Amino acid sequence: MIAVEARLAIDDLFADYGAHLDADRLEDWLELFVEDCVYQIVPRENAELGLPVTLMLCENKDMLRDRIVSLRQANEYSIHTDKHLISKVRIKGKAGDSYAVEANYAMYQADNEGNGSLYSFGTYVDEVVFTDDGPKFRAKTVIVDNWSIPHMLSTPI
Amino acid sequence: MSLNVEWQRSDYSRVPYWLYHSADVYAREQEMIFRGPTWSYLCLEAEMPEPGDFRTTWVGDTPVLVSRDRDGTVHAMVNRCAHRGAAVCRHVRGNTKVHTCIYHRWSYDLTGNLIGVPFQRGIGGQGGMDEDFDKAEHGLRRLRVACYKGIIFGTFSDATEPLEDYLGPMMCAHISRLMCKPLRVLGYQRQRIHGNWKLYLENLRDTYHASLLHEFLVTFGLDRATQKGGVKMDVRHRHNLTYAHAGSDSDGDAKAAYGDHQLNSDKLTLRDPRLLEFRQEYEDDRNLAISTMFPNASFQQLNNSLATRQIQSKGIDAFDLIWTYFGYADDDEDMTDHRLRQLNLFGPGGLVSMEDAEAIEIAHRASRSEDASATTVIEVGGKGEISDRAYRVNDVPIRGFWSYYAELMGIEPEGAVR
Ligand SMILES: [Fe+2]
Repeated sequence: MIAVEARLAIDDLFADYGAHLDADRLEDWLELFVEDCVYQIVPRENAELGLPVTLMLCENKDMLRDRIVSLRQANEYSIHTDKHLISKVRIKGKAGDSYAVEANYAMYQADNEGNGSLYSFGTYVDEVVFTDDGPKFRAKTVIVDNWSIPHMLSTPI
Repeated sequence: MSLNVEWQRSDYSRVPYWLYHSADVYAREQEMIFRGPTWSYLCLEAEMPEPGDFRTTWVGDTPVLVSRDRDGTVHAMVNRCAHRGAAVCRHVRGNTKVHTCIYHRWSYDLTGNLIGVPFQRGIGGQGGMDEDFDKAEHGLRRLRVACYKGIIFGTFSDATEPLEDYLGPMMCAHISRLMCKPLRVLGYQRQRIHGNWKLYLENLRDTYHASLLHEFLVTFGLDRATQKGGVKMDVRHRHNLTYAHAGSDSDGDAKAAYGDHQLNSDKLTLRDPRLLEFRQEYEDDRNLAISTMFPNASFQQLNNSLATRQIQSKGIDAFDLIWTYFGYADDDEDMTDHRLRQLNLFGPGGLVSMEDAEAIEIAHRASRSEDASATTVIEVGGKGEISDRAYRVNDVPIRGFWSYYAELMGIEPEGAVR
């Protein structure tokens, strides 16, 4: 049995996750991860073939920070607005203070002339831990079903 | 169909925008280039090592099935059933004894011969094919296949010169360097870019943009115009190699050239600098060597990120880009992790490559409505002669691309520079 409080806190974590990304609050989004974290975006093709290539691989929070600094200061990318729709979170198991959780996502993207489309959809396969500061992601793997990326990939999914 | 191109200059320093946006041009490219006397990249041998292994891919708009026969030889054929035109093989990769079209179950052996037609003689003497139907006449259309250092190439034309002549010494040397040992394929990335395929072929030949558009390269000293490097082409100027040597300039050199405002290296540092680490693997100390092969591929090394890129045209307004990453079979776990970390630099979300898609899409969109006389300007590194450069600030290989393109398309201007 997963405690209702834990369940609600994990729901809030996912709500914050989508809201921060959609509002381009990447620095706040970063704080949803513990220092010793892994964030990766994986084409479903590679996941099914058992091949290790990702679309983005941050092996710790510093690499995530570097990614954000680069996006802010050293990259040019499409001008866009994102909208994440995240499904109900499925808690698959608990080991110690760590929860194995999954959720599906769809992410729409609009350009600055008001045209938009479904940009990405897939599954989050995550590990959430409870810290003194509430639940955080220790691992987040975004498995992308439509892995032929439209246009380009800049801000995280 | 003939195309009437009014070249303003015979050295391709002016290219009309309408060439990127014309259905007639696109149809002719399919015929004269992708199905013409060129070798196209198909896939890597390491992706299909065993008898019966196969891969499907595209050469321009044509679906292609690459298949390894029982005796180990590699065959390539048009992936289109001789009966009703359906794709025979619907999978990207796999292993099989026979390729069977699901529509009417016509089946083909691993070399493309038609070997089975259900109810060929009808049932109870009724229906089926006439007596004169000869399966030998209805195999899959074959491509000529050649392999070089583990890369599989195909051509539709009997007139295409031998592969090694087509590649020339420059490309052969680059491929040999990259493919120096047995490979281990690490995986794939794909993206669909909404622009004309030629814009990408040009982008790959444009050394001028690299350290201007891709600020990450400059900021972190991976590739700067002040470094030792340049471009090399084959004798026909259809392929090119961009190369650079890490550490051959100082931050001071770069600052003097770019001006302070363009160089953030004082302010910006990576918290995890492993992303930029270069472990020298070859005899030379080049940290960047990216070659581009006419008409559909690129072979790259940046530090220790190794990959092939394949370009598949998808109509006038789009192309797919497929990145196949590899390491070497004798890499240890640490080296594999290092390569996987460095591929953050490349692909649809690469820190030094994401900009290309945006640049191509804005160029494609903004040039669509231009009238027939409007052209792009290609003269960095000078006009006139098309030749190798031992410096970075040039886009001469773009003119090389157009010279060979125009030759194949039969649209060369009078006195064309080749
Ligand atoms: Fe580029």
